[in-house]
Amino acid sequence: MSNSTRHQDELDVIAQAVERVAAADAGTLAEMRTEFLGRKAGKLTQILRSLGSLAPEERRAIGAQANQVKQQLEAAIASRERALETGARRPVDVDRTMPGRHVWRGAMHPVVSVIDEICEIFGELGFTRVIGPEAELEEYNFTKLNMPLDHPAADEHDTFYLGRGVLLRTHTSPMQARIMEQYQPPIRILVPGRAYRRDAFDPSHSPVFEQIEGLVVDEGVSFVDFKASIDFFVKRFFSSDTTVRFRPSFFPFTEPSAEVDVQCQMCKGSGCATCKQTGYLEIMGAGMVHPAVFENCGIDSERYTGYAFGMGPDRIAMLRHGIPDIRLLFENDMRFLSQFAE
Amino acid sequence: MNVSVNWLSAMLGRTLDPEDAAARLTGLGATVEAVEHMHAELGDVVIGIVERVERHPNADRLSLCRVNAGNGTVEVVCGAPNVRAGAKYPYAPAGAVLPGGFKLSARKIRGVTSNGMLCSARELGLGTEHEGILEVQTDAAPGTPFVQAMPVADVCFDVEVTANRPDLLCHKGVARELAAVYGLPVKLPAIPNAPTGVGAPRRVEGQGAVDGVEVVIEDVEGCPRYMAALIRGVEIGPSPVWLEARLRSIGARPINNVVDATNYVLYELNQPMHAFDVAKVRGGKIIVRRAIAGERLTTLDGEKRELTPDMTMICDAKGVTAIAGVMGGADSEVTSETTDVLLECAYFDPRSIRRTRQALKMTTEASYRFERGIDLEGMAEAIRRAVTLIRAIAGGEEPEPAIDVYPKLRKARSVFLRPERVEHVLGMPMSRDEIEGLLVKLGFPVAPKDDRLHVQVPGWRPDVTREIDLIEELARLKGYDSFPVELRPLRPSVVPNDPVEPVKARVRRVLTGWGLNEARSLSLTSAAGSDAVRVLNPLSAEDAYLRRDLLSGLVRSVERNWAVRERDVRLFELGTVFRASGAPLPEETHRLAAVISGARLPPHWGGAGKTIDYDLWDLKGLFVEAVRLVGGEGEIVSSDEGWEFRDPSGRLTGHAGPVDADRPAWAAPLYGLELDLVLPERRFVWYGSLPTTPPVERDVALVLPAEVSAAQVESVVRDAGGALLAEVRAFDEYRAEGMAGRSVAWRLVFRAPDRTLRDQEADEALSRVLAAVKERLGVERRQA
Repeated sequence: MSNSTRHQDELDVIAQAVERVAAADAGTLAEMRTEFLGRKAGKLTQILRSLGSLAPEERRAIGAQANQVKQQLEAAIASRERALETGARRPVDVDRTMPGRHVWRGAMHPVVSVIDEICEIFGELGFTRVIGPEAELEEYNFTKLNMPLDHPAADEHDTFYLGRGVLLRTHTSPMQARIMEQYQPPIRILVPGRAYRRDAFDPSHSPVFEQIEGLVVDEGVSFVDFKASIDFFVKRFFSSDTTVRFRPSFFPFTEPSAEVDVQCQMCKGSGCATCKQTGYLEIMGAGMVHPAVFENCGIDSERYTGYAFGMGPDRIAMLRHGIPDIRLLFENDMRFLSQFAE
Repeated sequence: MNVSVNWLSAMLGRTLDPEDAAARLTGLGATVEAVEHMHAELGDVVIGIVERVERHPNADRLSLCRVNAGNGTVEVVCGAPNVRAGAKYPYAPAGAVLPGGFKLSARKIRGVTSNGMLCSARELGLGTEHEGILEVQTDAAPGTPFVQAMPVADVCFDVEVTANRPDLLCHKGVARELAAVYGLPVKLPAIPNAPTGVGAPRRVEGQGAVDGVEVVIEDVEGCPRYMAALIRGVEIGPSPVWLEARLRSIGARPINNVVDATNYVLYELNQPMHAFDVAKVRGGKIIVRRAIAGERLTTLDGEKRELTPDMTMICDAKGVTAIAGVMGGADSEVTSETTDVLLECAYFDPRSIRRTRQALKMTTEASYRFERGIDLEGMAEAIRRAVTLIRAIAGGEEPEPAIDVYPKLRKARSVFLRPERVEHVLGMPMSRDEIEGLLVKLGFPVAPKDDRLHVQVPGWRPDVTREIDLIEELARLKGYDSFPVELRPLRPSVVPNDPVEPVKARVRRVLTGWGLNEARSLSLTSAAGSDAVRVLNPLSAEDAYLRRDLLSGLVRSVERNWAVRERDVRLFELGTVFRASGAPLPEETHRLAAVISGARLPPHWGGAGKTIDYDLWDLKGLFVEAVRLVGGEGEIVSSDEGWEFRDPSGRLTGHAGPVDADRPAWAAPLYGLELDLVLPERRFVWYGSLPTTPPVERDVALVLPAEVSAAQVESVVRDAGGALLAEVRAFDEYRAEGMAGRSVAWRLVFRAPDRTLRDQEADEALSRVLAAVKERLGVERRQA
């Protein structure tokens, strides 16, 4: 039997051994490593070492084959060692479709996320964020905002009273007056917070809701600045191709006043049940600050102008996430809240 | 406010395109919320003429009619008693669909095939009449679509009218807005058969009489102007078709010709009117005065009303007959016997009307309008229009022109406008000519005055009182869309951010990371208490107080989750709680509360089906974390079942422990915490240098007598361990029968910062520690 034939037979045996690696335990694996790859007496080591004694042609053929078997064996042993470390049995037995381990994921309330996002966007326009008391004086909630109680406009604010002249604020606008009394312009603020109206709980009304008020007061602030800032916000908050509509309206504390509508996010303006076929959804009431409000709060109404706006994050969250009933936002159902985990 | 497009078209002398008109009105601030095509469902109904009527061969009460509906005649079976040959009726052929989706087909009735149906008013949705079929007076040829032949087809706008615009509560006001954008004049539509020569009212200052009825205003403040017209010899009856159709098109119900006429003028000119039966005006006298304490009136709706002296009344010589501007009395109502009518056309003070209707807890079409302010200058037109209409449709004569009792003439208001201020506010240049042009289109006469414009405010615009109101008019008519969207340079705010928001944001980040969901509860509760803030006018007892804590709201939420079989509940809430403070405003405190119950980790198959539930130690971990985030200075101390947090003054500002709840048997224990939010001082992490020397660890089990706490032991250990003791950590607790107290095992880590510590040094330190705990606490090392 020639050397080359013997080498050939041995390589065949070793190649068969490669297949056993996958089922080997740690001990067998160590033994195999020594038997074939041992630095002195390893069978493959020996074959490779003896190549010099072969004829050039045989040397090339056997050498190539031996190196290939060596690579296969080393790879198989390494793979088996990894498998043994990670606790699996044979790789083919691991069902990788079984679920992995999780931890609980908590979620911020969707309305809070909406408020945060709104504040962030207006933050880019230099707005700061302030808060105010939920129980307020009638004076701040109505009178200073140019809203006399003997005017029909007050009927839209069905109010919870806590005492004579003390109420639960019907909007976060009272902070307009409080901030203007405390600071001289430039003022750019957002006031998120809870507000209250005497509305019975139903799918679209809640006696308790969030509101975000915005106020800008400075020299030279005009209707154009107002429109541009709101447009900036809407395009950031919804999408850059969302159209915005400004409709004349009436609020006692702004003039000119506007309702701001955005293109319906459900139907993209073609008309659907959500937008009552109008293609638009109302998202805020706004306008230029009425000079009477400045005068009531100690701001020079000739020198300064400004704009103000108010919006309801509950409604915006409902629109954004397709939530059909405002009560879901107060029930704290885990199945509901968990849907908003990031 | 319902607005008829036909009516508007008649005023503008042009057939309006409803879609365009709606868009224009919305653009002007009179938002059209809905556009309803009236009676569009009558498209299949045509005018049919009955050519012959015969008895049905098999039924006494049915007739066989030959009906010509344009193309030949068909046989129709009809049950109406009023059907007659030669008359025209609405005819619905076989295959027609009637209101309500009812589809007709040719069918046999008592052996005779009926091809379609002659319809009653009710079947067409045009009224309640169902005694007979609807006979129509029309020149239209048979086969003409019914909606073309009869004035019922119309488009109705539902216009949202803001509280500042009473003028938009009538068709003329809405037409004026459209006139301004379309460049058309507004004219009142002609009344068929109108009498000529209805004169202008005759003004008197104090009091006067019309055709023998005296009119006196005693309460000039509540009623600055009162007009009265007297029409004798009217015949009360139904209104003509055109008038009924007009009223129906805006959803009003026809009553009788006189009442319909006053309603027509109400919706046309926004002037509420009242018609008295002259025969019931006692003493031939109308007195406008305040009510006398104790007076009562039964109003038209049958309610007995208690009157107070701040309410304005319409009285006759004997007593109260109507609550001015709100509702008439039942006794002076116009009835079918009425022949002489006294027509009231007055202006009542908006505030006074508002007070009265609030006190009486009622709102009527009239009070709604008076409260917002009607057109003081348009009253003469309104009363002439009403007299003309009544005489046209109910007959009668007006022997004397109406009287206009107007004690103190009010001057029309004028406002100055600085043209440069327009650009200042609106941010876009507008020429003086353009400004003048726009204002004139809206009915504001303009005259130059120095550098300013002297603008006269028409009577129908009580909302316009100062320059800014005119600027709004300009922006509105020019169109909000015409202003550019152009972000201009801005200065940052001088107002600092409130510090609580970033703190709340941090709490949210950390607690959502712990797997808790953020909850949001109502701040109104049923929980009373000595320092609870009570709502004076709650919706129900369920929400009669402001909450004093957050945890009870969360517990209710947990119970709701249990009710839907959610076992694993993890919630936190950041919110405000309220306490009566003695000051006018209650004290408001920001709080954090959290609850946990159920599995500590989501279930996993690797755990062989076992779940580990949250226990008290999870709660303590969460509480310590909460305190670290927002607790401020203070100390956590053990309480009976959990822990408390007290600030340096000893005030309790937080607590944690097991929570009582209505817990189903399968639910896990519930733990909760609540904590006042204290804003932490702004602090930066100060880097601690990383150790470069190896540690030496020693584990030691100590037997603690019942009265000794782990915290005490740790404190002594740290003290005695000195500078070499780097870390102390309890890692096990063991209790056994017969053991005096319990065994707690600690790992102590020793390290010298500058050299490798020798074992011997560590052992010496450990001996010092053991000696100290034995001496100070009587704690011994556990013998193995």
